[in-house]
Amino acid sequence: MSDTTYARLDVLKTYKLYVGGKFPRSESGRVYEVTDAKGEWLANAPLGTRKDARDAVLAARAAVKGWSGTTAYNRGQVLYRVAEMLQGRREQFAAEVSAAEGIGPKKAAALVDAAIDRWIWYAGWTDKVAQIAGGANPVAGPFFNLSTPEPTGVVGIVAPQAGYGHSLLGLVSVIAPAIATGNTVVVAAAADAPLPALSLGEVLATSDVPGGVVNIISGRTADIAPTLASHQDVNALDLTGAIAADGPGAARALEAAAADTLKRVVRPELDPFAQDWTNAPGTDRLLSFLETKTVWHPMGI
Amino acid sequence: MSTVAANAPGVAGSGLQDVAASEASLRRFLHGLPGVDQVGLEARAAALGTRSIKTTAKAYAIDLAISMIDLTTLEGADTVGKVRALCAKGRTPDPTDPTTPRVAAICVYPDMVATAKAALRGTDIQVASVATAFPAGRAALPVKLADTADAVAAGADEIDMVIDRGAFLSGRYFDVFHEIVAVKEACKRPDGTSAHLKVIFETGELQTYDNVRRVSWLAMLAGADFIKTSTGKVAVNATPPVTLLMLEAVRDFKAQTGVQVGVKPAGGIKTTKDAMKYLVMVNETLGDDWLTPHWFRFGASSLLNDLLMQRQKLTTGRYSGPDYVTVD
Repeated sequence: MSDTTYARLDVLKTYKLYVGGKFPRSESGRVYEVTDAKGEWLANAPLGTRKDARDAVLAARAAVKGWSGTTAYNRGQVLYRVAEMLQGRREQFAAEVSAAEGIGPKKAAALVDAAIDRWIWYAGWTDKVAQIAGGANPVAGPFFNLSTPEPTGVVGIVAPQAGYGHSLLGLVSVIAPAIATGNTVVVAAAADAPLPALSLGEVLATSDVPGGVVNIISGRTADIAPTLASHQDVNALDLTGAIAADGPGAARALEAAAADTLKRVVRPELDPFAQDWTNAPGTDRLLSFLETKTVWHPMGI
Repeated sequence: MSTVAANAPGVAGSGLQDVAASEASLRRFLHGLPGVDQVGLEARAAALGTRSIKTTAKAYAIDLAISMIDLTTLEGADTVGKVRALCAKGRTPDPTDPTTPRVAAICVYPDMVATAKAALRGTDIQVASVATAFPAGRAALPVKLADTADAVAAGADEIDMVIDRGAFLSGRYFDVFHEIVAVKEACKRPDGTSAHLKVIFETGELQTYDNVRRVSWLAMLAGADFIKTSTGKVAVNATPPVTLLMLEAVRDFKAQTGVQVGVKPAGGIKTTKDAMKYLVMVNETLGDDWLTPHWFRFGASSLLNDLLMQRQKLTTGRYSGPDYVTVD
């Protein structure tokens, strides 16, 4: 018997992409170092490539039919479930947000709480959006004329890269409105703060969100975003983080590429660093990725 | 009886003319074929699937693969309209790009042959018809022959017959042989020409690679113009090792008899990547002689859309999606 005590080695987490409900490493096999706000090493994140982005688009496309076909009520339940799962891992996320954004643990925990509340907020919206975005139109003829909002399809998202609360609250604020209305998304995570995003993938995987509805890729946005912008099978593009990631010129180029295939585009804020993600989100994002379907129905006599 | 010489002209003088003289000699020959090295075959097929084919070579491979497709619809729910739509797609696979090659053939059930023939008038696209109680092949010989003759009379250029797997698996090779010979006879037209005969083995039901090698030789000895892996109606369809094995059998048969036989993998080939693996296999095993729609075909339906999407990517630089090809 020896009374020598050994120092326990920490088990380090291997962060992975979240694509099609699975957790693959990058197709390239490469990783990059993620540091906290002070430059200290935190973890290695997978360096997602253009090929990873294309695979994610395939997964997102495959998930459109099922997800957009669920009832709005059911989507609300699923989004609520995400909030429940996130609540259970509050401490982990608080630590990751604190490290990513260089803020104190109390403020970080408040940001995680705000992110949880934001899921609840959008969960409530799923079965109410049709009432504000659609309705009965008055027409000059014996018809019922009804407009209903339909999801656009696959949405490519450049996640917020700056602003207070961007790493988790900002991310939730761009993902939740897109999927609440039945779209599926491919997210280019914030290159400097990808860990909360990759962990959010683990939450989504355990909360009834079908595989492929949300796909999260970490890596250089300069690789991933142009692939999403030019891909013909992506129907809309959210450029929220594009200016902060690669500058206004890159954001303009992405918008031009998206125009080639007639994508809906949400433009980034001109000063993304001044953005405060704790502000009330409003319905703008919720209504950004919808197509209006109008039906004429003859009236009985 | 010299059935072999009559049906496969090159067989005479190759030492194989007596093989099918009797049940016993045929069995002796088929069981005398060397056993298949399963590990080696699978490793070889996997190794041939790792080639990286890019840019101009990829563009060439995509166009070649499109021109080799037997665009297929074999559903109980097939309608005249659906067959016409498929023929239109075969004529003009990508309406936005007229340089896209046409497919090799349209493959339908016998009752749809006349419809397909009319829809393809003025093109060199062949009409292939499955026959002989496809896909199970469970019918009496006269029924199978009538099925075949009916398709040929309706204008089919190619006949895809299924072998009697039950007879083959229970060792009645002679019956299988004579059935193929009889169907080949039924492919003859009044003017003396003959519809091309493709023989489907349904390799997913044959259990072993040795059986695949045996049935390949059996069909080629009986006069098959093409040997085809599967119906597409069972769980296991064309796989690279099985196709490689058949390609090797075809190569050996030509070396011994001088007769060239085509190969058609069918079912389960859905992506451009898969198709290119098969083309590499053909090139490495058989060479240029077989790299034409005349000697190698893909039995597929969804493969065409993927090839078109990859083709669009190469011409436009943008990744394409299923919104940009027809739904069939």
